[in-house]
Parts: sequence; C-alpha cells; structure tokens
Amino acid sequence: MADMRTPLSRVIGLGSAKSGAHHFWLQRVTAAANVPLALFLIASLVALSGADYLTVRAYLAHPLAVIALLALILSGVWHMRLGMQVIIEDYVIAEGLKTLSLLLNIFFSAAIGIACIYAALKIGFGS
Amino acid sequence: MADPRQAARPLSPHLQIYRLTVTMVMSIVHRITGAGLYAGTLLLAWWLVAVASGPDAYAVFEGFIGSWFGRLVLFGYTWALIHHMLGGIRHFIWDFGKGFELRAADLMAWGTVIGSVVLTVLVWIAGYSMMGAL
Repeated sequence: MADMRTPLSRVIGLGSAKSGAHHFWLQRVTAAANVPLALFLIASLVALSGADYLTVRAYLAHPLAVIALLALILSGVWHMRLGMQVIIEDYVIAEGLKTLSLLLNIFFSAAIGIACIYAALKIGFGS
Repeated sequence: MADPRQAARPLSPHLQIYRLTVTMVMSIVHRITGAGLYAGTLLLAWWLVAVASGPDAYAVFEGFIGSWFGRLVLFGYTWALIHHMLGGIRHFIWDFGKGFELRAADLMAWGTVIGSVVLTVLVWIAGYSMMGAL
C-alpha cells in the first residue's frame, strides 16, 4: 500500500457519522410505544379468536381500534426497519449487496406500513 | 518498514470459543425473534387487508390461519412477540444503568425465557377458551 497513514489517522478528528444516537433514540421511543400497542394486538387477537367476519370487521372499525392500529403500524414498522438495518450492517459486508439490502429493507417496511394503514383506514371508514 | 496493518494480528475469539451463557443466548434469540417478527408483519398485513377486502378474502385468510400450519406460525409469532417484548424491557432496565450484576442479568435472562413461554401458553389458553374449545 502506498498510503502510509494508519486507518486511525485517516478518521481521527472527523468525528462520528452523527446519526448513531438518533437511531438509538428512535429505536427506544418506538420500543416503548410498541409495548402497550403489542399488548393491544394480543388482547384483540384473543378477543377475536373464532369470531366470524362481521364481528372482526365491527371490532376493527371502532375508532379507538383504528387509532391503536395506526399507532401500532407506524411505531412497529419504524422499529423493525431500524432493527433490520442493524442486522444488515452487522452481517452483510460487501458494499453493493449491503446498499441493496438496506434499500430493500426500507421498501419492505414501507410496503407493509402502507398496506396496513390503507386497510385500517378502509375498515374504519367502512367503505 | 513492514506495514503494521499486514502483520499477523491475533483475532478475537468467536462464538464457538465461548461457553454458552443464558445472557448470550437471550441476546441472540432477541435478534432472531426480531427478524421473525419482521417477516411476521406479512401475516398482520394479510389479516388487515383481508378484513378490508371482504368476506371472500377473509375466508382465504381464515383457511390458512385455521390450518395446523397457520396455527403453528401464529403460535410462533405470539411467542416471538412476547419474548421480544420481555427482552426489550430487559434492555430498558439496562438503559437506566441497572441490572448489570451477573446475578441480576442471569435472572432477567431466565425471566425472559420462562416468562415468554408461560405468557404465550396463557394467551393461547385464553384464545381457545374464547372459541369455546376448552
């Protein structure tokens, strides 16, 4: 290697990428929100066990259920996108594949989020 | 002068070197359940979209979730969700700088395992009794 500088000297003084704390913070905010929201989901699934279509639909159409669902979807999808990002950054080493994986992670999370939000709103507005 | 970066450096030992500890296994399981829940959101999306689409689409969903395989997936999803939740609460305790003593960390790790299994079984007993199957 022609470059005589050590890896340390090349990065020293540049500081961090400045986004780690933000990632950590949002991970914790969404995690805290997910606890009551996931409990709502579990309680709903138990309450709806064996229920027929109209009962399920009527339950999910209640404004409070729609609001809780929307909160769960937004917080849950955000949380899982952040979590999967860390998994990808840990295990996918090749730069191109890593970028592609990070992109697909965002697209998958967005697709799930949008589909769930649309469905929850459609059920709620009863169209 | 030899490039110091080219010298044979000692590598840090990897997983197979260490004796398994419960905290280490729970850290791995926390990540695995997280990845499982990630895939499991497909099920949540399918459920909501099916309800929004109408009785026919919902019947297809019910056909899957009512099958033994669907039940197995849903049971796994329930356990993963509860395990990940308890593991997350453990992380919150650590975030506040508490529970780092070996004994406390071990206790919380075992609590995550046992608590998640017990709560999952209780949730399913409640679900089956709602269906009048118990």
